Amino acid sequence: MTARRLIRFGSLGYLALILVAPVGLIFWRAFEHGWHPFWVAISNPDAVHALKLTLEVTLVAVPLNTVFGVLCGLAIVRHRMPGMGLVNALVDLPMALSPVVVGLSLYLLYGRQGWFGPWLTDHGVRVLFAYPGILLATTFVSLPFVVREVVPVLREIGTEQEEAAATLGARAFTTFRRITLPAIRWAVAYGVVLTTARSLGEFGAVAIVSGGIAGRTQTLTQYVQASYDNYSQTSAYAAAVLLAGLAILTLLLMTKLRPREEVHGNRGA
Amino acid sequence: MAIEARNVTKRFGDFVALDDVSIEVESGSLTALLGPSGSGKSTLLRVIAGLERADAGDVFISGKEATALAPQKRGVGFVFQHYAPFKHMTVWENVAFGLSSRKRPKAEIAKRVDELLELVQLKGLGKRYPSQLSGGQRQRMALARALAPEPEVLLLDEPFGALDARVRVELREWLLRLHDEMHVTTIFVTHDQEEALELADSIVVMNKGRVEQIAPPRQLYDEPANEFVMSFVGPVNKLGDAWVRPHDIELRHEPNGSTREAQIERVVRLGFETRVDLVRDDGERLHVQLTRDEADQLELDAGDIVYLRTRHERTFTA
Amino acid sequence: MSQLAVDAARLPRARGRALGRPALSSGLALGYLSVIVLVPLAALSVKGAQGGWHHFWQVAWNPESKAALELTLGLSLAVVAINAITGTALAWTLVRDDFPGKGIVNTLIDLPFALPTIVAGLTLLALYGPTGGVGVNVAYTRWGVLLALLFVTLPFVVRTVQPVLIELDREMEEAAASLGANKLTIFRRIVFPHLLPALLSGVALAFARAIGEFGAVILISGNLPFKTEVASLYVFQRLNSGDEQGAAALAVLLLVISLGVLLGIGGVRRWAVRHDR
Repeated sequence: MTARRLIRFGSLGYLALILVAPVGLIFWRAFEHGWHPFWVAISNPDAVHALKLTLEVTLVAVPLNTVFGVLCGLAIVRHRMPGMGLVNALVDLPMALSPVVVGLSLYLLYGRQGWFGPWLTDHGVRVLFAYPGILLATTFVSLPFVVREVVPVLREIGTEQEEAAATLGARAFTTFRRITLPAIRWAVAYGVVLTTARSLGEFGAVAIVSGGIAGRTQTLTQYVQASYDNYSQTSAYAAAVLLAGLAILTLLLMTKLRPREEVHGNRGA
Repeated sequence: MAIEARNVTKRFGDFVALDDVSIEVESGSLTALLGPSGSGKSTLLRVIAGLERADAGDVFISGKEATALAPQKRGVGFVFQHYAPFKHMTVWENVAFGLSSRKRPKAEIAKRVDELLELVQLKGLGKRYPSQLSGGQRQRMALARALAPEPEVLLLDEPFGALDARVRVELREWLLRLHDEMHVTTIFVTHDQEEALELADSIVVMNKGRVEQIAPPRQLYDEPANEFVMSFVGPVNKLGDAWVRPHDIELRHEPNGSTREAQIERVVRLGFETRVDLVRDDGERLHVQLTRDEADQLELDAGDIVYLRTRHERTFTA
Repeated sequence: MSQLAVDAARLPRARGRALGRPALSSGLALGYLSVIVLVPLAALSVKGAQGGWHHFWQVAWNPESKAALELTLGLSLAVVAINAITGTALAWTLVRDDFPGKGIVNTLIDLPFALPTIVAGLTLLALYGPTGGVGVNVAYTRWGVLLALLFVTLPFVVRTVQPVLIELDREMEEAAASLGANKLTIFRRIVFPHLLPALLSGVALAFARAIGEFGAVILISGNLPFKTEVASLYVFQRLNSGDEQGAAALAVLLLVISLGVLLGIGGVRRWAVRHDR
């Protein structure tokens, strides 16, 4: 029994020191003087703009990656075609890649001397230091999550139900809408939650392509950094707490959606 | 002919699942595709349903060329081995699916589904989800679902494979009655020769992607076309080059002309029947099936030397 | 291991006529992936390779970049070692132990996945920085960078090892015990070999994350060359001083390491499938 206690207190102690205490502390710091300072800090125009920009990016990146994620999952699991091995490998890459590398790649592609940069500039499209660049960076880093959740579920449900629908006269799209999609919906929902969390929190890739101009191209995470660098700790903590609150909301949603395999059968209609 | 497959070949990579297979199935019949696993029987069924596209050969359904037709347009009902229930739909919605995806009027769908649920004895369970049904009930739901769009042909892939023995026997009888009522042309796949013999009008025996024999049950049992059919359908003994059924052997205590000698290893009493396990002096083992009375009269005991005479001994030239 | 087993079972032949048009969804998926991921990385690689191999090394390999890369690798290896132990211990605690609040702890494990990295860095500074008031100050030190990396990599090993531990057949351990093995022997010879593939995947993911981490370390490291400047910070700093070539060169190295780790994980998975019953 002593060994068990040692492992329990060792591992939980580690968790407390590394995770719980620091995260708890910023909440305490943000609210130690009540709601008012927090509210003042968070309603500063730059902060509000940063939050808006972050949400605008997230609201586009998440649907894009959700549609792609489902399509890509179907392609990987159902259609064994040449090139799918490559797709399967590439999909994981954003998870293993430094966000700085992502940002730099976009910077080099859309920059003044990049492959697309000059042509786009000539046509009046600004990617770097503007919304499209931030969107591209965010989409890149949050790309794998829906795919990764959908693929194992698609494998697990197999093709029998879809085949059954086909023999019953359902056309491909009907089958997708009425059979495949309901079967993977919890996986999609879970993937969407993860994609959203990642999109809201992206920092490194965006830091390179956005320029971080306060009130214009600064996302909420960049606002945290800028505030900290400007010794405006109250603002930094307030924005950080807002992001942390969103993260905790994500966690709660994840917990709610996690045991999805068991509920597949009975949560219908 | 309700269904015809002509010279169908299907490969999965290097594996030849169907090798130039041709079968014909009469309208209204109940046909079994019988064979060991890997014999190609399920693949043939899937080719007929359009779930698998043959590499070569043609498929005709009700006289119409169906080779390139999508499964949606073949008018076949298919019951999957594990039933493939739509887990997120109720029993009622499952059965209605084929009709609702054809956009039939609501009232017609409701009427038909209720009829079918009654037919498969699931009335009152329409609001349940498949996970709340027993294996046999799921089976019947799958059957009702396949029958709902009024298919010309019903295809069943190992329909009783996933059920326990008692339910299996019940369902067999029930399916037989259903077929007698509905007269829809039915093909079912099975590896169980007893099931095929009991249910089918006609049996297609398959092995290694080829058709070994097509015949009614009785003919298949009495006049097997080759060694494979002989050994796969019904129990069998091999005596040198000859094959003989265990119930086609007589035992006596005295030698007599053409009899062969063997020693009794064990006598197993199985209710009405008694099985005698024998070993010959060249090490060959065989089983003999006797009625209880026959066995009692002979007073057989382990260790006894007996002499056997065969009826209907069969040899096949390779 | 269930997922891997399923993969293995379904791999040999995905049967059936695909529903819908395979070319359509595959084409769309591939096109999207190319626009978002492939083309930018190609642009990076081309930029990095500009001027040939010799030039690449000249740019990529200067004392400062070398120090940054060495520090990054060293810290990432430390992260791997620490996570292997703490991650396994946490997974064990969550699966085999019982204590009040277990559900909350289980949920908390994922927090570093959900928390923006910049927030992670800030929280660590708040407690372990100059104004933390707990008597330690790791700001602008390698310890601080290590702490940040441990924070963001915490879930990986727990979340790969935990499901394997849940599915592990307890009868094997009981059998070993009935054969006279003590607890340590049972762990070493029965449990550990089963955990190994998942553990390797977990530490590989943690390694890849640690190699490239940026947001969590930017505040805490202070970005001191030769002391706390890790590879991603070096790339960022090169770019900010207008040296695209130098930034691209080290970024290409990071990309290669990430690809290597992914291939490694793929290899571990295939190996695990082959040896898993």
